[in-house]
Amino acid sequence: MRYRPGQRVRVAARPHDGHHRTPSYVKGKLGRVERLHASFTNPETRAYGEDGLPKQPLYLVSFAQRDLWRDYRGGGGDRIYVDVFEHWLEEAK
Amino acid sequence: MTEHDHDHDHDHPHAPITNGAEPAAAARVRALEELLVEKGVIAREDIRERIDWLVSRSPADGARLVARAWVDSAFKDRLLADARAAALELGLDPGPSPVVVAVENTETVHHMVVCTLCSCYPKALLGPPPDWYKSTPYRSRAVSDPRGVLSEFGVELEDEVEVRVLDSTADIRYLVVPCRPSGSETMSEEELAALVTRDSMIGVAQPAAPAPVAS
Amino acid sequence: MERGAHDLGGSSTQAPIDRSEHELADWELLTDALVGALGRRGLMNVDELRRGIESMPPGEYERASYYERWLYSVETILGEKGMLAAGELDARLGA
Repeated sequence: MRYRPGQRVRVAARPHDGHHRTPSYVKGKLGRVERLHASFTNPETRAYGEDGLPKQPLYLVSFAQRDLWRDYRGGGGDRIYVDVFEHWLEEAK
Repeated sequence: MTEHDHDHDHDHPHAPITNGAEPAAAARVRALEELLVEKGVIAREDIRERIDWLVSRSPADGARLVARAWVDSAFKDRLLADARAAALELGLDPGPSPVVVAVENTETVHHMVVCTLCSCYPKALLGPPPDWYKSTPYRSRAVSDPRGVLSEFGVELEDEVEVRVLDSTADIRYLVVPCRPSGSETMSEEELAALVTRDSMIGVAQPAAPAPVAS
Repeated sequence: MERGAHDLGGSSTQAPIDRSEHELADWELLTDALVGALGRRGLMNVDELRRGIESMPPGEYERASYYERWLYSVETILGEKGMLAAGELDARLGA
């Protein structure tokens, strides 16, 4: 596994034509790896009739709400947890 | 079935209604089923089995997991480590999702689950999701305004409580283990399970309060 | 960054949530079961289902109910795979 729990990562901001499961509200955002779930077939290829192999590592990544929304109403400790595939993550600089 | 008055403007979109109460999609999917069965693509038995499974699903299964976790802390640890295995332990069907993760609410952390991209939901353990879970406003606001959403559902949390929203974007399904209500200390596991509502396992409600003890 | 009509996280901050619920209609259960049956036979997977839904024109996506979206997707995917010919279902309905 490329990333470790506790590690800061950034979600890639690249545009992607076609099916993918990285929501736009986390693209380009800085988060923290919570855990590695396991590896799963890649939805981006499986959605087009391919077998989705090789499986891709899937991480649970958390983000501070105040980093995502300008007008966030709530506690400073509030977070969002999103499942993100490894190929959408980059080391945070 | 929810009554619905069409004689006034309303702010949520509706499929065009054709014959009586059914949308055009109803006749369409029936015709599609017939066609596919005729072609041998699927068998009618496949459909029947699947429908039987769907209608057998209910939040009672999820509630059993939670109630057991409340009374048995070793089970709770196993539930939090691997909810699929814990469900199988109780003879429950965790469904086809390869991983189900149970997350625990505490006095300082409150979880809420959504699927912003479609409507992923642990339906094997909770039954079919409610309409609002699949709706645009919930899918949109659960992530950007969870406390506003909770407030609409009647839940107010202190600022010091960390609200954690889980967006089920991939193969994982999430189930919330709500806090055991106070005053429930002498209740049996079965009685406890009756307090665990579907909405409390999604994270938009607290479990029901125990009935006051007659004195 | 552009987003699909389905990519709804944070897209609307005002709309109240309608909490009314309805029991699934027979045709909705049938639609769900059909996707499940196709899945079990390896004819259509969940990623294709989602991709098909996401291919709906945005206005249609918003107007459609949950299982109407599923049906749209099934027709699209089966059409792509040659299991359903163009117009075949309409002809059957006498449309």
